[in-house]
Amino acid sequence: MGRIEDTFARCKAEGRSAFVSYVCAGDPDGPTSADILLALARGGADILEVGVPFSDPLADGLTNQLAAQRALEGGMTHEGLLEVLRKVRAGTDKPLVLYTYYNLLFARGLEASCAALKAAGADALLTLDCPPEEAGDLLAACAKHKLQAIFIVAPTTPPARIAAIAKVASGFIYYVSRAGVTGERSDLAADLAAGVAEIRRHTALPVCVGFGISTPAQVRAVGEVADGVVVGSALVNVVAANRASPGKAAEAVGAKVRELAAGLERRP
Amino acid sequence: MATSSLIPGPEPRFRLPDPRGRFGAYGGMFVPETLMTPLLELGRAYDEARRDPVFQSEFAKLLRIYAGRPTGLYLAESLTRHLGGAKVYLKREDMLHTGAHKINNVIGQALLARRMGKTRIIAETGAGQHGTATAAVCARFGLKAVIYMGEADMERQALNVYRMRLMGAEVRGVGAGQRTLKEAVNEAMRDWVTNVRDTHYILGTAYGSHPYPMMVRDFHRIISIESKAQMLEAEGRLPDEVVACVGGGSNAIGSFFEYLDEPSVRLTGVEAGGRGIRRGEHAARFAGGRVGVLQGCMTYLLQDAEGQIEGTHSVSAGLDYAAVGPEHAHYHDAGRIGFGYATDAETLDAFQLLSRSEGIIPALESSHALAWGFRRAAELPADKVVLINLSGRGDKDVWSAARAMGVEIKL
Repeated sequence: MGRIEDTFARCKAEGRSAFVSYVCAGDPDGPTSADILLALARGGADILEVGVPFSDPLADGLTNQLAAQRALEGGMTHEGLLEVLRKVRAGTDKPLVLYTYYNLLFARGLEASCAALKAAGADALLTLDCPPEEAGDLLAACAKHKLQAIFIVAPTTPPARIAAIAKVASGFIYYVSRAGVTGERSDLAADLAAGVAEIRRHTALPVCVGFGISTPAQVRAVGEVADGVVVGSALVNVVAANRASPGKAAEAVGAKVRELAAGLERRP
Repeated sequence: MATSSLIPGPEPRFRLPDPRGRFGAYGGMFVPETLMTPLLELGRAYDEARRDPVFQSEFAKLLRIYAGRPTGLYLAESLTRHLGGAKVYLKREDMLHTGAHKINNVIGQALLARRMGKTRIIAETGAGQHGTATAAVCARFGLKAVIYMGEADMERQALNVYRMRLMGAEVRGVGAGQRTLKEAVNEAMRDWVTNVRDTHYILGTAYGSHPYPMMVRDFHRIISIESKAQMLEAEGRLPDEVVACVGGGSNAIGSFFEYLDEPSVRLTGVEAGGRGIRRGEHAARFAGGRVGVLQGCMTYLLQDAEGQIEGTHSVSAGLDYAAVGPEHAHYHDAGRIGFGYATDAETLDAFQLLSRSEGIIPALESSHALAWGFRRAAELPADKVVLINLSGRGDKDVWSAARAMGVEIKL
């Protein structure tokens, strides 16, 4: 089994959901972002999502856009990304999921990109602007280089599409909900439960949920219905707040992830 | 026109795009999952609408009574004498309501949005022409309009910003990146992802994910339907060359489309050469670009070796964009449409020449096509005919053109 399957199996055995963290590679610079990823791993993140900075991140909200901009201004490159991955892989065995855009993979060839990312320690790709309809070549390259291909399901995705997505997806399904982020906990759980249940009708893959989850209570609420809870902006904001003193960023992010992941500890 | 301009015919040009939205290797639907379902719905709704006689006649009627179609085909006699070569004809899209061809597409998409029950419209704009057309049509239909515009473009096109606001649209400045059209598109797509249930995105050019490149082309097809009939009436034959400027490429594909299956007619798209073909100094995708994926489709892009999109420059905000419509990419590779570029300096010369010789002030975007077309006309003998698509009028550009030519206007 791969690292992702192992992680979900272990979390299941521990009676809890997986904590999936997101930060952008190269934010605020390459070495610091590697330290941040390692701090996330030590602090309790089970799966590390690594954003690859793109000049035109149209699927990202403002927080991640600014992170990508900081990373590119900080000199992040493809080679820099590979260095970050190698350093993190040397320090942790937790799964690394790259959150990227098609043009970044296409520019140096899908095959060559997949080979390089795999060799540097990546386990999976989530290509934000590549729906299953356009994913043929990418899926072939991923399969050849043993990278898993993660796809998003949105609240607008009808059941027939969920089935089509499930057919090509591996690793896990990333459910991006936009409804009721700040609503009552019970509403949040009810909305999500329905969405997650619909996805489960079509696939046995684990379902991770993300949509700007930022408090331990939200982490706990989402953890009750999903196999994994994705926290991004709340962590990226900590990186941003420490950009004047990058040496403190890793420590601060580590503290934040401990606070948030506490919501997932097994309850009696 | 007896039959609707929206119905596909049997000729080869109608075979593209394929059902996946591909023009050969280009196009497609490279968008986040959140947009897939709305785009597929839009494709179905458009396909139904284009075949509905009520929709067709509403579209034709609004083009006539609101936009001001048909536009004239004008023989520029004074200019032709000045150039001393081929006859120069101008297709007068600059005479349309709101000042450019853009309104053809906006009317079509607004009708479609209304038919789909959408109450809110968003749009991006570069030069402000598409935003102005959107603001106008939304005012006419009682739709709420939000226009995204790069902050640099808002400075260059302050007059259009005011016009949009005057007609009740909300103009939202975009401060990311180089603060021009590309960033405005990113922001409009983010808005659409968030508000897709009640909102339709009126994309302003033949670009982006399927079905936009096809749909926008179809709404502008009227340009070449008219020009072909008008040219046959005026000259008894087809033009030897049709020239249009290419940003995303909507006026170009509209003015070329009916000639695609006429091998005697040379088709030339003119890109923005800016200050010259050096990194960050131009927007000539076929001169300095490579194939990649940006904002929904596969096409030629200005990008670095890593796939990051490069900055662009053009004296005209409407051509200042890193990617070109996928149908153009296909016909470029197929050799059916030729592409060249005009620099800022050549463009400003053409802008002045048309103003002086014909008393017609062209948009800076269209002036790129003029610069190329004038040169071609001067090279060709007197029995040849060059048709240039005058896609927009230059009133909006007087301020920035004066500044570019070192003239200070005091109000």
